Amino acid sequence: MKDRKALVAVLLVAAAAVFAAGSSSARTNDHRGGTLKLLAKAAGGTLDPQVNYTLEYWQLYQASYDGLLAFKKAGGNAAFDVVPDLASGYKIKNGGKTWVFNLRKGIKFSNGQRLTTKDVVASFQRIFKVKSPTSGSFYAGIIGASKCLKTPATCTLAGGVIGNAKNNTVTINLTAPDPEFKYKLAVPHASIVPASSPPNDAGTKPLPTTGAYYFASYDPNKALVMKRNPYFKEWSHAAMPAGYPDQITQSYGLTVESQITAIENGQADWTLEAPPADRLNELGTKYAEQTHVETLTAFWYAPMNVNIPPFNSLKARQAVNYAIDRNALVKIFGGPKLAVPSCQVLPPGFPGNKPYCPYTKNPGTKWSAPDVAKAKKLVQESGQKGAKVVVISPDDEVQKAVGVYLASVLNQIGFKASSKTISGNIAFTYAQNTKNKVQINVQQWYQDYPAASDFLNVLFGCDSFHPGSDSSINMAGFCNKPIDKQMHRALKLEQTNFPAANALWAKIDHQVTDQAPMATLFTPRHIDFVSKRVGNFVFSKQFYWLVDQSWVQ
Amino acid sequence: MSGAVVGEVPAEAGGLAAVAVGPWQLARRRLLRNRVALAMAVLLLVIVVLCLCAPLYADHVAHTDPFRSNVSGTTIVNGKPVPVMKSSTQGLGLGVTPIGPTWDIHHYFLGADEQGRDVAARLLYGGRNSLLIGTSAALITCFLALLVGGVAGFFGGIVDGILSRLLDVVWAFPVYLLAISLSTVLIARGLSFGPIHLTSGSLLLPIAIIGLVYIPYVARPIRGEVLSIRRREFVEAAIGLGASNWRLLWSDVLPNVITTAIVLFPLMLAIDMLTEAALSFLSIGVQEPNASWGTIILDGQDVLYTRPAVALAPGIAIALTVLALNVLGDGIRDALDPRAKLRRTEP
Repeated sequence: MKDRKALVAVLLVAAAAVFAAGSSSARTNDHRGGTLKLLAKAAGGTLDPQVNYTLEYWQLYQASYDGLLAFKKAGGNAAFDVVPDLASGYKIKNGGKTWVFNLRKGIKFSNGQRLTTKDVVASFQRIFKVKSPTSGSFYAGIIGASKCLKTPATCTLAGGVIGNAKNNTVTINLTAPDPEFKYKLAVPHASIVPASSPPNDAGTKPLPTTGAYYFASYDPNKALVMKRNPYFKEWSHAAMPAGYPDQITQSYGLTVESQITAIENGQADWTLEAPPADRLNELGTKYAEQTHVETLTAFWYAPMNVNIPPFNSLKARQAVNYAIDRNALVKIFGGPKLAVPSCQVLPPGFPGNKPYCPYTKNPGTKWSAPDVAKAKKLVQESGQKGAKVVVISPDDEVQKAVGVYLASVLNQIGFKASSKTISGNIAFTYAQNTKNKVQINVQQWYQDYPAASDFLNVLFGCDSFHPGSDSSINMAGFCNKPIDKQMHRALKLEQTNFPAANALWAKIDHQVTDQAPMATLFTPRHIDFVSKRVGNFVFSKQFYWLVDQSWVQ
Repeated sequence: MSGAVVGEVPAEAGGLAAVAVGPWQLARRRLLRNRVALAMAVLLLVIVVLCLCAPLYADHVAHTDPFRSNVSGTTIVNGKPVPVMKSSTQGLGLGVTPIGPTWDIHHYFLGADEQGRDVAARLLYGGRNSLLIGTSAALITCFLALLVGGVAGFFGGIVDGILSRLLDVVWAFPVYLLAISLSTVLIARGLSFGPIHLTSGSLLLPIAIIGLVYIPYVARPIRGEVLSIRRREFVEAAIGLGASNWRLLWSDVLPNVITTAIVLFPLMLAIDMLTEAALSFLSIGVQEPNASWGTIILDGQDVLYTRPAVALAPGIAIALTVLALNVLGDGIRDALDPRAKLRRTEP
């Protein structure tokens, strides 16, 4: 009798569990469908995932393109985890120099073509053929890459990327162990596209995808349309989950003000742009439930060209750092809920971050107030008093305001400064090219992947400085040999002892801050304003809002 | 316009006591009788004087530096210190709003812009620059138009052919498009032309650009005027007396076309000020930290929802100034050429 009762109880529990699971699944399925309408001021350029380097499209690639590995599609810090994607698993051999990936079977591109090892090998060759912006930085460690960088058109990566169709494996051989390689394989530039893809930038012609959505059409003057990939079957919820909307559109051309109004009125669901300053209060009060504020691993900074006057003087650069009122900049950015003052390169909570702020009234770990008197004294000592300085900033509202503020500060401490705005379309490359003789400009850097080197080595390493090139991300032209040597040591140390490497990165961070090739301004937070009908908002710290994981019905 | 300007006996003077009154005196009398034009002249004068007093206002009344950011500063409202830029404390606490108009002449009379700067002080300084650019550009336009139009119309033939085609080439471009193109290029790089070196932030750049693009608009009517005067009897008589070309130009032609330039000057000044405002609004005119009414409207655009006064104040200033200049220009034209008015009123 007792056993029978227990059996009935078990059956009831099981039935309840099945019902609950069923109803949960039904509830989830209820949300499938509809069109998610995104807005942006302008298109993000080429749609080629191996060429495009904008957050605008990287956010969309999360739901469409896959690499061998992927950042986990999850909220918060879990998004920094790298999980197998098109590869079902991988092994690292040969002391970190050889990576062997088992390719999943049964995956098809959105054009119906089956994914093979040939596509994987061709995609890695294509990174070099299309001159991907990170081909020289992220993938130069693959055997054969140096030859591909010299003659991209004939790139084979012989001995570097080897496909084995029989075993369905792909082997990647590196010239040296690279502990950050897994991150590099998870960014869109390492997306796998069909082997038949053109060996040059596909531009506005979408390439077939393997993910949940494909790009049905793209007109940079009008709109982009993403539809469900008819051949997609979810193989890993962590790597590429199925999405909710049937269609995702991104329309271009409206002003930011109009975009915000459209979302308020329910005519659109989201805007790529940061809301204008005069609408923030309205969003934070009237539309608080539709406004999502998230912390970012990023920093706003003002690189100072260390190779031309007046910032070839360390004292002049330090003076700028002392004089800047970070609280004022926080206000310009939208207030203390949207930014936090900062003095150093690595953002709070980032690997290698150890709080440090020498450029404040009471030097220590936190910025408290500007020290204008000290700044004026340093300018006097530098011999650069009265020097003409032009602050370059992109022409959007906030960056322009930051540029005007910096010019005002420079005038206050003894320089003769003015600010100049440049179209946002060219400002990034303009500031990189030494031929333009940019003295100081307004910039921001958002992590590609969660490693200190992505900030310190990329922005202030000697290898990132290419005089006369539009692709010289070390805008300060800072090349300090002893510090650079330590960066290389830290990169090597990452292979064996990650905590020790991070301790060394912390030291490097402080040294770079002391040398002041830039003035760090603040750590930003990110605002997403969505329409009332958008549900299940998930924010990945890696590539931000997981667009397709929200529903609209 | 006509050759009658020279040595006319005015009808108004009639009767036995008729005394020959000079054309300029006659024009002055007509202008003084035009109440609307006079009112506008007074309004213009007030605006100019107020703008010239900008440093006095900033230094001795508002005690502020309108070119320095004051984002973290405070001011006094109703005897209490308040932040110039106030962070929101409601809801999610997003956004920072600059102080609005206090209507206190000593403390942010028209409020602050997004840099925490006093809008009233910037409005006056901006007005100085807008008026300076407008006046200088209009002078350049009228002077060069007189020169080019005068020479083309007087000498005719190949000289006229070349100069007129050059004017046609400039005329062929939509004026704003030409001004924007020139500004975009020159603001980025500055201008070096022989011994002249203008940096990108120099006010001389917008003056030069605006002054040059409008030359055809004034030069063409002047050329037509000169062509007409060239065939008049008094000119032919002077030729018959053996007057040289330069004497003819200086003594017979110029006095008769100068009135055209004078009539067009206030109108060009108004147009130039509007063009300057447009260029500055597009960030390719006056450059920070300098201000003009156009740049202040641009600043105001960023706080249009919360502080519309920042954009409205310079907008109203431009509207009033341009209105005053246009009405005054009409008054001057009527004073110098009453027949033009008659022609306009004829059915």
